[in-house]
Amino acid sequence: MNYVALKMLFGDRAKYLMLLCGLTFSVMLIVQQGSIFWGLMMWSQASISNVNVPIWVTDPGIAQVDEVKPIASTAVDRVRSVDGVEWAVPLYKGLLRARLASGDYHQITLTGLESSTLIGRPAEVLEGRFEDILQPDAVVLDQWAVERMGGPGIVTVGTIFELNDKLARVVAIAKTQKSFTNIPVVYTTYERALRYVPRERRALSYVLAKAKDGLVVDDVIQRIREQTGLGAFTEEDFGVKTIMWVLKNTGIGINFGTTILLGFIVGMAIAGQTFYLFTVENLRQFGALKAMGASGLTLARMILLQAFTVGLTGYGLGIGLATVFGFLTARGGSLPFVETWQLLLLVLIALLTICAVSALISIVKLARLEPAIVFR
Amino acid sequence: MDDHTQPAAVRARGIVKSFGTGDTQVTVLRGIDLDIYLGEMLLLVGESGGGKTTLLSAIAGILDIDAGDIDVLGVPLSRLPPGKRTVFRGQTMGFIYQQFNLLPALTAAENVAIPLLIQKIGRHEAIQRARAMLDRVGLEDRTEFLPKNLSGGQQQRVAIARALVNEPRLLICDEPTAALDGPNGQKVMALLREVGRSPDRCVVVVTHDSRVFQYGDRMARLTDGRIVGIESIVREGTA
Ligand SMILES: Nc1ncnc2c1ncn2[C@@H]1O[C@H](COP(=O)(O)OP(=O)(O)OP(=O)(O)O)[C@@H](O)[C@H]1O
Ligand SMILES: [Mg+2]
Repeated sequence: MNYVALKMLFGDRAKYLMLLCGLTFSVMLIVQQGSIFWGLMMWSQASISNVNVPIWVTDPGIAQVDEVKPIASTAVDRVRSVDGVEWAVPLYKGLLRARLASGDYHQITLTGLESSTLIGRPAEVLEGRFEDILQPDAVVLDQWAVERMGGPGIVTVGTIFELNDKLARVVAIAKTQKSFTNIPVVYTTYERALRYVPRERRALSYVLAKAKDGLVVDDVIQRIREQTGLGAFTEEDFGVKTIMWVLKNTGIGINFGTTILLGFIVGMAIAGQTFYLFTVENLRQFGALKAMGASGLTLARMILLQAFTVGLTGYGLGIGLATVFGFLTARGGSLPFVETWQLLLLVLIALLTICAVSALISIVKLARLEPAIVFR
Repeated sequence: MDDHTQPAAVRARGIVKSFGTGDTQVTVLRGIDLDIYLGEMLLLVGESGGGKTTLLSAIAGILDIDAGDIDVLGVPLSRLPPGKRTVFRGQTMGFIYQQFNLLPALTAAENVAIPLLIQKIGRHEAIQRARAMLDRVGLEDRTEFLPKNLSGGQQQRVAIARALVNEPRLLICDEPTAALDGPNGQKVMALLREVGRSPDRCVVVVTHDSRVFQYGDRMARLTDGRIVGIESIVREGTA
């Protein structure tokens, strides 16, 4: 009877396509929304992932990475002296205004890397050599800085501009993950960063560190906290903390959360509804089968087979379309779109559940159905 | 044909069936007694809304009755649990409806094969037997057609083939000619008599259509929820 079930499903091409479209659309909607949301979240912690170090030491009251709370410059040595720390380096991060030769001003994030190791530098360089950052007045921009400041025609390797009336010369363009605020990033050395910014009592933004191999990172982090009184986080925890902060303190959490939730509910409702309607419309056919002696179990198996067949097909098409969409719009990283397997799994489970539930409703309806309807 | 020596294949006694409750309750069957014998074709007539379909559904065991007993081939159908009743129905009964009730997505042969598939007969064999059955109703050249590409009369012949494919002992037909024009109705009734009627099968046909009365052996009239008369139909040329 499986054969009959599939024939019933595919036989009415128009109805089948409607059903498939409904499911495909819902899956696509959810995956697309979810991926954009997750992409945004990735952007919001881009300042962390771009630096790519295992441990961040911060002010104990830090809320998120982009809201720098400077710490005493002695912190670097104090972290180094904690048992189990392999290395620790300073990182400067602050907002500054850049003045181009044209007279245009742009707000930028100045990032100062420790000069002997350049720990925290971007992994990929698009133009020039990152090591040239050690030359006098040298800075490295990320590709978003080039874009925001007027494109490669205006800013490129060799361009000279002013940071706080002091000279800066672009020696390389690095590739970074776009950040949420989309403020251009200018890299320099830690020492030179302090010379660019106005004198402050505390200039150190973060200490970046790594635990010795073979040690439990969380133990080392705990020791750093206890011995320095500072905050310390794994890269991942700091990212989560930042994402949570963004969710709570910007409209994104509420707005996007509702959109996604609605998309999810609407999508799933469409999916369930269309399949339910499909079986209701076929009720007479099922009734005829029942009158011919098909058992409730047989009919239930047929409906489940139909539900999961169309469900899985819709799932495949839906994620396919969403992925193509993501590929087309997010090419080059200028739009947020991060499709994770967790999201795909979640959607799969939700979809299979919804298919099973609507199939179950239909099965119950069918069980209650008087096969006598076929006489009418 | 009035003196039946063998026991009745279908034996209904005191069947009562009402629909609804309270003020809106209508009692449709008020104590039906009816015997149907193997080898005969019994016509069931009566005014519209009189309860003929209800009685057929009860005999088929697809409608629960309020009181009375129905035995089919010695099995007390009205006292069988629903699951067993369904299996029994699949093995012993065939149905023909006014609205053919063919599955639109399946070819004629596949439609006819369904009762066999339900009996867990392999698809290949089921289709073979379905084709043979379609041959017997004169549709050997239409086996791969979808119902929508068949005329009404042809669809009903497919339905007849489907009802007969697993050699049911009881064939139940509810106004099989009502959706067909005169000549097609005659053809279908003739086919029911030729192919459907057999010594070890009883055929019940509900009909309104006086033009097809001649095809039956006996006629039972249902009025006011009771069988008020059973008469033998005299057929010219045959006994
Ligand atoms: N499921 C039901 N619920 C409520 N009332 C019903 C139901 N089925 C039948 N009836 C009522 O029972 C009565 C008999 O119906 P039934 O269909 O058996 O008549 P019938 O003799 O077959 O009529 P027709 O010749 O028009 O087909 C009608 O009044 C109908 O309204
Ligand atoms: Mg009727």
